[in-house]
Amino acid sequence: MSNEVVTATNVKNGIQSSKKYKREVLMRKLKKDKWLYVLLIPGVLYYLLFHIAPMWGIVIAFQNYSPFLGVSGSEWIGFKNFTDFFQNPDFVRLFVNTLVLSLLSIVFYFPAPILISLMLNEIRRELYKKVIQTFVYIPHFVSMVVVASITYILLNTEGGPINTLIMNFGGAKINFLGSVTWFRPLIIIQTIWKECGWGTIIFLAALSSVDAEQYEAAIVDGAGRFRQLWHITLPAIRSTIVILLIMRMGSVLSNGFEQIFLMTNSLNRTVADVFDTYVYTLGVTQGAFSYSTAVGLFKSLIGLILILSTDKIAKKCGESGLF
Amino acid sequence: MNIKSKNNNSVAGVVFDGFNYVFLALYGTLSLLPFLYILAASFASDAEIAARPFFIFPHKITTEAYGLVMKSAVLYRSLGVSVFVTLFGTLICLFFTITFAYPLSKKNLIGRNFILNVIIFTMVFGGGMIPTYIMVRNLHLINSYWALILPGAINTTNLIIIKSYFQSLPAELMESSMIDGCTEMQTLWRIVLPLSKPIIATFGLFYAVGHWNNFFSALLYMNDPEKWPLQVILRQIVMLSQGTLATDLPANYVPPAESLKMATIVVSVVPIMMIYPFLQKYFAKGVMIGAVKG
Repeated sequence: MSNEVVTATNVKNGIQSSKKYKREVLMRKLKKDKWLYVLLIPGVLYYLLFHIAPMWGIVIAFQNYSPFLGVSGSEWIGFKNFTDFFQNPDFVRLFVNTLVLSLLSIVFYFPAPILISLMLNEIRRELYKKVIQTFVYIPHFVSMVVVASITYILLNTEGGPINTLIMNFGGAKINFLGSVTWFRPLIIIQTIWKECGWGTIIFLAALSSVDAEQYEAAIVDGAGRFRQLWHITLPAIRSTIVILLIMRMGSVLSNGFEQIFLMTNSLNRTVADVFDTYVYTLGVTQGAFSYSTAVGLFKSLIGLILILSTDKIAKKCGESGLF
Repeated sequence: MNIKSKNNNSVAGVVFDGFNYVFLALYGTLSLLPFLYILAASFASDAEIAARPFFIFPHKITTEAYGLVMKSAVLYRSLGVSVFVTLFGTLICLFFTITFAYPLSKKNLIGRNFILNVIIFTMVFGGGMIPTYIMVRNLHLINSYWALILPGAINTTNLIIIKSYFQSLPAELMESSMIDGCTEMQTLWRIVLPLSKPIIATFGLFYAVGHWNNFFSALLYMNDPEKWPLQVILRQIVMLSQGTLATDLPANYVPPAESLKMATIVVSVVPIMMIYPFLQKYFAKGVMIGAVKG
């Protein structure tokens, strides 16, 4: 009996001392790394202030938030902002506009860099390839304001070059900038012009890692260029395509605020209004903080769900996925 | 499937190659042409811009538009704002990103995984435009140049790439400097940063271009027209056709509205074009590092 007690206390002491020891090790480690923790401070503050706090700020979506009362003083109204939004006559129009633009972008813009990088990859003259690359990367570096400005200059009806050309060929002026039909094509063309060239880099990087011996072996086996493309080149960029597509799904309800904002005017508003610009107009210019936060939350929740579910589907299909 | 030649000289191959070369040449030209037109038109008279649809060389070169640009106090001021925010903002961004990336590159740092998981979550979900706007307002940063810098002080993708790069540096170098009595701060400053010059240059350029081109933050946080950066003024001049000319012009003088727009665009693009050779070299490298390690 007494023996057992003794062992029990010993074990207890042992645990205590090992706990104490562990704490000591921890303290020593923290002390040794103290400068590393000091270095962390600015970054931690940044994420707390501009990422974590705004996430917490989402609670105002469930309030009738007033800046004077603050979050703690404002009235809680549950899901009223959301039901208001879904019942708003504008909701369907916004949803359709947002989704149509996104789908057009996925169908027409998303494959463009893949195609161009495959075409660039077929070019054997290195210098020719380099020159083309140098040209097509340029638009990526100018601002959206510059792109929109150039679009306005090229397409305006009073002496814009494109309309002058159309008239020289006997056609009638087209008001591209203030047109409901032309808004969506314009947005897609702008995106392709600005980002397609730059988008090829990631694929070209993946392609450059393909071993040349694979192609040689395929040629020996009698594979033509199309079969080489199908069996060697495409598999080499498949995982990159999948990852980019998963990430793209996360922003199906985000159309890129700047571009849409810059290209919207009173004549094309019916098709141009999307969630992003709606949040800005209501939240920032009209001060409807709670309502616009609710719209924003709806948008980012759908994005989160889409990104997670596409990731899952991709993994089921044997791809490595994002997370 | 039917192309079974052992070399690239089959008829289909030759036709494809021809098409490929021509198509890409066209695409390359289309990427450049709008800029060339804007540049040419900025040196042309309004009469010529109205008369000729497209041109790369003006018949008669005039620098009238640039004369007006140089006299415009509004443009000067906004140019100053953009230059200041770009230079200062890039330094701040690099400071925040590097000081955060370095400790996170130490695998045995307590709390590292927690922090990494949190910041990766912020990449897929965030508060959104309005809660961030309210935060900036509560910090009394509206109309302050800090509002153009601080909310984007760290780009999470850049952070993760720099962190991975620090991780790939030989640990022995840092350990030996610690044994020599350097603190972690001194190790970062004397050993790690000199070894990381190319990647810091890359992300410095990333941040600088981002600041120069930033329109959104100014639209959101700057109500005072005196503090507007160039991108906002550019929109005023070209898209909203709001004049920002000098006031001391002769009464009967008609300014060349069109070439003035072109000249303003040129002024806002020139700095980017000047560093374009570096951009191309380093940016492509940065994207590739990101693709391999991210």
